[in-house]
Amino acid sequence: MSKIVSLFCGIIFGIGLVISEMINPEKVLGFLNLFDNWDPSLAFVMIGALIVFSPMYHLLKNKEKPIFTESFTHLNNKEINKNLIIGSSLFGAGWGLVGLCPGPAVASLALFNLSSTVFVIAMFVGFYLIKLLDLSTQAR
Amino acid sequence: MNIVNFTPLSALIGGMTIGFSIFLFFILNGRMTGVSGIASSFLISKKNRIDNLLFLIGLVLGPIFYSFFTKQKIEILITNSLFLLIIAGLLVGLGTRISGGCTSGHGISGMSRFSLRSIIATVIFMVVGILTVFIKTLYE
Repeated sequence: MSKIVSLFCGIIFGIGLVISEMINPEKVLGFLNLFDNWDPSLAFVMIGALIVFSPMYHLLKNKEKPIFTESFTHLNNKEINKNLIIGSSLFGAGWGLVGLCPGPAVASLALFNLSSTVFVIAMFVGFYLIKLLDLSTQAR
Repeated sequence: MNIVNFTPLSALIGGMTIGFSIFLFFILNGRMTGVSGIASSFLISKKNRIDNLLFLIGLVLGPIFYSFFTKQKIEILITNSLFLLIIAGLLVGLGTRISGGCTSGHGISGMSRFSLRSIIATVIFMVVGILTVFIKTLYE
């Protein structure tokens, strides 16, 4: 059952990226273009997601177990260190260069766009380099 | 600063759709959604590999289903050179794994939990993203 949920959640997430137009890097770059012609839409996407998930998370976080798996994967990494700062900065730079972050990049594979496909391959090479260099930070 | 192309309603609805997907993944499978985490885990870890793959497949199917049922064509525009796409993809892959999250992982899942780590990460990648776009416009 958890497998069907994973597929379904991916589909819903992908549809959300299309409705919000975040699948289009131009829209994301419009948000990051704060000093010129600014498109605030991305902030509303985050607000929309936060107002749905945040209350539900706080309501459900003390439940014993999720519905289809044995336990919650709770994330309790609280460390604020140089990896967090360096990693976020590198990500921000890559994001600002093209306007793609991992979710929209993967979803845009649906459109057979050569540019976004090249980006996704490079991103996966980045993931693999981290494993080779053993730099990974465990989840949030 | 001029406000342009602002689409608050579709952004909010799309964002809520994404929040709903994250809620389902949490309550049904017990996991926090972060696309960079799911994509990199699929590549480098055996744990939950099928689940992670199915989520990524769903992410690609989402836009296809959306187009099919609404009869709308999804248009995206990416104008970067191949070189820049590779650099940006690498930065996003490396950066998200060094900091442990991306726009979804830190920006939505982490901020929903009021995780200070994620709030700091989100502020940093947004500021660096905005600066990157600003610097880019100087060269255009």
